[in-house]
Amino acid sequence: MNTVHRPTRLSGLEPLVLTPDLLFVNVGERTNVTGSAQFRKLIKEDRYAEAVAVARQQVESGAQILDVNMDEGMIDSEAAMVRFLNLIASEPDIARIPVMVDSSKWSVIEAGLRCLQGKGVVNSISLKEGEEAFVEHARKVLRYGAAAVVMAFDEQGQADTCARKVEICTRAYRILVDEVGFPPEDIIFDPNIFAIATGIEEHDNYAVDFIEATRIIRRTLPGCHVSGGVSNVSFSFRGNETVRQAIHAVFLYHAIAAGMDMGIVNAGALPIVDDIDPDLRDRVEDVVLNRRKDATERLLEIAGRYRAMKGEAVVENLAWRSLPVRERLAHALVHGIDSFAEADAEEARQLSPRPLDVIEGPLMDGMNIVGDLFGAGKMFLPQVVKSARVMKKAVAWLLPFIEAEKLRTGDTGKSNGKIVMATVKGDVHDIGKNIVGVVLRCNNFDVVDLGVMVPAQKILDTAIAENADMIGLSGLITPSLEEMSHVAREMQRQDFHLPLLIGGATTSRAHTALKIEPHYKSPCVWVKDASRAVGVAQSLVSKDLVDAFMARIRSEYAEIRERHKDRSGAKRLVALDKARAQRFDGDWANYDPPAPAKPGIHVFDDYPLADLVERIDWTPFFSAWELSGRFPAILEDAVVGTQARELYEDARQMLDRIVREKWLTARGVIGFWRATGIGDDVELQSIGDATPPTMLHFLRQQADKPVERPDFCLADFIAPRDSGKQDWIGGFAVTAGIGIEPHLGRFVAAHDDYSAILLKALADRLAEAFAECMHERVRREYWGYAPDERLGNDQLIAEAYRGIRPAPGYPACPDHTEKSTLFRLLDATAVAGIELTEGYSMYPAAAVSGWYFAHPRSQYFVVGRLTREQVEDYARRKAWTLAEAERWLASNLDYDPD
Amino acid sequence: MTATLPWFDPARVQALESALSRRILVIDGAMGTMVQGHRLEEPDYRGERFAPGHDTLPAPARDGAQPRSHDLKGNNDLLTLTRPDVIAGIHRAYLDAGADLVETNTFNATSVSQADYGLEHLVPELNREAARLARACCDEASAADPSRPRFVVGVLGPTSRTASISPDVNDPGFRNTSFEELRVAYREAGAALIDGGADVLMVETIFDTLNAKAALYAIAEEFEARGARLPVMISGTITDRSGRTLSGQTTEAFHASVAHARPLAIGLNCALGAKELRQYVEALAQVASCAVSAHPNAGLPNAFGEYDETPEQMAGLIGEFARAGLVNLVGGCCGTTPAHIRAIASAVEGVAPRSLSSRDRNAA
Repeated sequence: MNTVHRPTRLSGLEPLVLTPDLLFVNVGERTNVTGSAQFRKLIKEDRYAEAVAVARQQVESGAQILDVNMDEGMIDSEAAMVRFLNLIASEPDIARIPVMVDSSKWSVIEAGLRCLQGKGVVNSISLKEGEEAFVEHARKVLRYGAAAVVMAFDEQGQADTCARKVEICTRAYRILVDEVGFPPEDIIFDPNIFAIATGIEEHDNYAVDFIEATRIIRRTLPGCHVSGGVSNVSFSFRGNETVRQAIHAVFLYHAIAAGMDMGIVNAGALPIVDDIDPDLRDRVEDVVLNRRKDATERLLEIAGRYRAMKGEAVVENLAWRSLPVRERLAHALVHGIDSFAEADAEEARQLSPRPLDVIEGPLMDGMNIVGDLFGAGKMFLPQVVKSARVMKKAVAWLLPFIEAEKLRTGDTGKSNGKIVMATVKGDVHDIGKNIVGVVLRCNNFDVVDLGVMVPAQKILDTAIAENADMIGLSGLITPSLEEMSHVAREMQRQDFHLPLLIGGATTSRAHTALKIEPHYKSPCVWVKDASRAVGVAQSLVSKDLVDAFMARIRSEYAEIRERHKDRSGAKRLVALDKARAQRFDGDWANYDPPAPAKPGIHVFDDYPLADLVERIDWTPFFSAWELSGRFPAILEDAVVGTQARELYEDARQMLDRIVREKWLTARGVIGFWRATGIGDDVELQSIGDATPPTMLHFLRQQADKPVERPDFCLADFIAPRDSGKQDWIGGFAVTAGIGIEPHLGRFVAAHDDYSAILLKALADRLAEAFAECMHERVRREYWGYAPDERLGNDQLIAEAYRGIRPAPGYPACPDHTEKSTLFRLLDATAVAGIELTEGYSMYPAAAVSGWYFAHPRSQYFVVGRLTREQVEDYARRKAWTLAEAERWLASNLDYDPD
Repeated sequence: MTATLPWFDPARVQALESALSRRILVIDGAMGTMVQGHRLEEPDYRGERFAPGHDTLPAPARDGAQPRSHDLKGNNDLLTLTRPDVIAGIHRAYLDAGADLVETNTFNATSVSQADYGLEHLVPELNREAARLARACCDEASAADPSRPRFVVGVLGPTSRTASISPDVNDPGFRNTSFEELRVAYREAGAALIDGGADVLMVETIFDTLNAKAALYAIAEEFEARGARLPVMISGTITDRSGRTLSGQTTEAFHASVAHARPLAIGLNCALGAKELRQYVEALAQVASCAVSAHPNAGLPNAFGEYDETPEQMAGLIGEFARAGLVNLVGGCCGTTPAHIRAIASAVEGVAPRSLSSRDRNAA
């Protein structure tokens, strides 16, 4: 070949240039509804956020191009393609790679191409419908600016022999290059990979046919590439992953040598040929290369050996214990095995000149492997937390020696940087913050964790005293957002220059950009989750990275502020009187509110934990660990299934001990009061006579809706005075966190963050289950308006029942301060042991409280944005100043307060 | 394919290519900055025809609906019709300063952008007349010095919408426009620029590459329908020092996304000054197999949003681009004036243009 061909230049947000030294390009295959049952399910069930997570996982595990296929009879493929591509376009970490728009329908391909700003790949076009359609499609592909996969398929059918593959590809090449003017480097042939070892003799040579055709195509059709769907080749061994992966590895080894330079593979799941058991490899090679007549039988003979039996106990393999100590430490860290941490640390110490060398040498090396695997999406959060446990135990063993050494020499270790972290004043939630702390420690940051409910000044004083490099704030409830903004203002006022990191469930990029970052001139960055924390922290402490990183963040935030400005006019709210005129109509004339069967206050001092265990909604438990997916399907998830199963087992084991050894006590209280709706308030009939009646205050939606859709307020669900009907409201406060402290203390003392976080997460789940359980008993027995209700746990989780239990501080009634009224009515602190912090966060943190409404058409809703008019009105009702109202409702304001 | 279609006017394309092979060509400077200098008021924008704030000429497409009145100040593209003397004056000033290529006053002349003024129906007229006006000015200058032909660059601006960015932070999948809507809008504008006599079409100030791809698609369709084509130029915008377009692409990714249009030139303009833009022009010069253009702003805006890089400063920076072999076409964007263009033209005079043949080999 004399002509040197231009390299193929594809792009997402970043370029992908196919140069010869790239060898082989991985095309991620899991975002394909025909190839992945899990992805199909997510799309069919409209769970696009999780579908996007699959794409991210593909990129993280090394996919260089993302194949997207929505071809399924039950899916509107065009709409799904557009929606998914638009969604991933907004995720820079996914959108950085090119997209392969994969469909057998031209309309779907075209819809996909209209969403790609980068240069993608069409998969596929072919001569199947004749030359005319082929030329027309190729011209359009060129005009849209994409490369194309060309299938070895013509009017006669799909090519199976080497000769037919070469013939069709050659014909297609000549048409494309000579007639259409298609750049040869943008042609990617797919000469069809078919299943081998099917027992049908004609199939035995399919792999050889592909490999040989590839060799000829690459030699005779200059500039082009060869790709294929690799998993087809091992189709007859489905169910036996070990053998399938071995076939893929061997097939690719030979196909790549012949010139295949792209493939649709499960990126990250391929073994290295040399790692395959030699006996298996030989027999696989016989099959792939069709080297003997009985090759298939001989592979089948031994295939059973490699099938992992379901439910088979995995015998703990202790072979690694015979490795040198350095490697043992690395193995223990990567696999999260803590039983030998101290002994190995001691052995390593005796072999090292200084005790610190053990940390800076083998332990940090091991943690670096962990960090890399986590960064590459090959390890998941629970594993990393377990690795950290090994690290902590080893470090704890070494510390006294290091201290002694320090006294002797004055030598101290080096760290990446120091961060002071805290959950802000008024908030007690710390699971996420603790996870971030663990992950940062794993990456050699010094973490000074001030715990929960930490006042601004204490955080700032500590940062100075500790000579910290940055400050991290966390919080879960909405008032914490305001507190974070306060901390930022204080940092500015006190002339701080340390970077400020913001995280926690209610925080967001938009909130940080609009309400926190403008108050602080030095770097201020929102951290989405634990997996992002390390990258952000490293960028902030690096002199080389920080400027570019902050320039990026600042322009992002500035842009959000700009868009917010534009937006405020767009979604106009209606005036309060208009919203009130459009209130929910309870049809009071035809509805008689039920009186509670058991009125008054009921206290549950020690609710049986065993009753709550089966009520647990596990899905949020997994998301607390950053494993996304619905329970129980997540246990079988292709990506996170293994981790999810392991975490679930650990959780069930701890749950057994929590129940059996009674680590926790569940306490709760419920009550019912006669109630009258008065505008947006609810008046409770006083129990005594001297006290004035208690008023509950609610907020109303002000969305501009069509007349038939009400602007809801919770007060609408209670009969107004003029209805002449007697109505009732209920309230509850429950916790499953009584007695948690000594156990947490025990874990922390044992350097076992994993168990501590697990315990907190389980207590949270038990409290939620308790709330669900009480609500059911209220409906059936205490209020008793649905005595015959019989629902399974799934239906309960799906809220398929009558009545609601909205919690103050959450979307239907966003004012947290109403909790104090609820707590006073129930005397919850005295009878259930739940305290309210100044920020109206509940302690123990594993607690739930709220109101009960019984109206058959009562429903959850989001109050959303409020005009100044309603905030002023609410302030009057609460006897607050406007500023107080604006502070407590900060997250709901539709305007910038003065 | 369209790349194999004949040129509309082979002689003019040959003149342009020949000039490009011999020297660095100069594109004109800012239109908006110059218009601002005239301190025009609402009546200037309205002229007689738009005196009530809308078009007084009958427009059959409007279904007899009562036209609404709009403030028209700021709709600079309308000046082509209401104050052609001002626009022609600006073109002539740039031609006098040494510009080889003059950009039409059509940055916002698409239906997407004119919808803000209720003047969507004017799109063909605005583009056609703007091209004619620029062409008349260029022809005058070419006649005065036949050794130096001048060319009209028909400008297709970015529109006010983005096809690959959601305007709603809470709904990343949402879009306020689409490839199809943009394709139709660009085709209408592009066709009229051809009618008006543009020598080249330029898709410019690209902050969302998907918008640009819709424009390039529309242009290709129009060429195919007419059976002939014009050279195309493409110019992207790196929004800030992150080195990315607003839609997040690196310079190299941007190049890969639009190279299929086989442009005469690809380049960068706006947002940054020459100093900040240099590294991205260099990145482009490394990958592009066609000509490379750069028309930066006169520095970064100061605290009042004004540009204060002097002609000498800017010409110094761009002269260095030229000597480093990075560029084939240079010019100015926001904040530049005929004085800047004159200084730039003299700074690149006699400096060899970036070599195209060697780039082809490097790119291989």
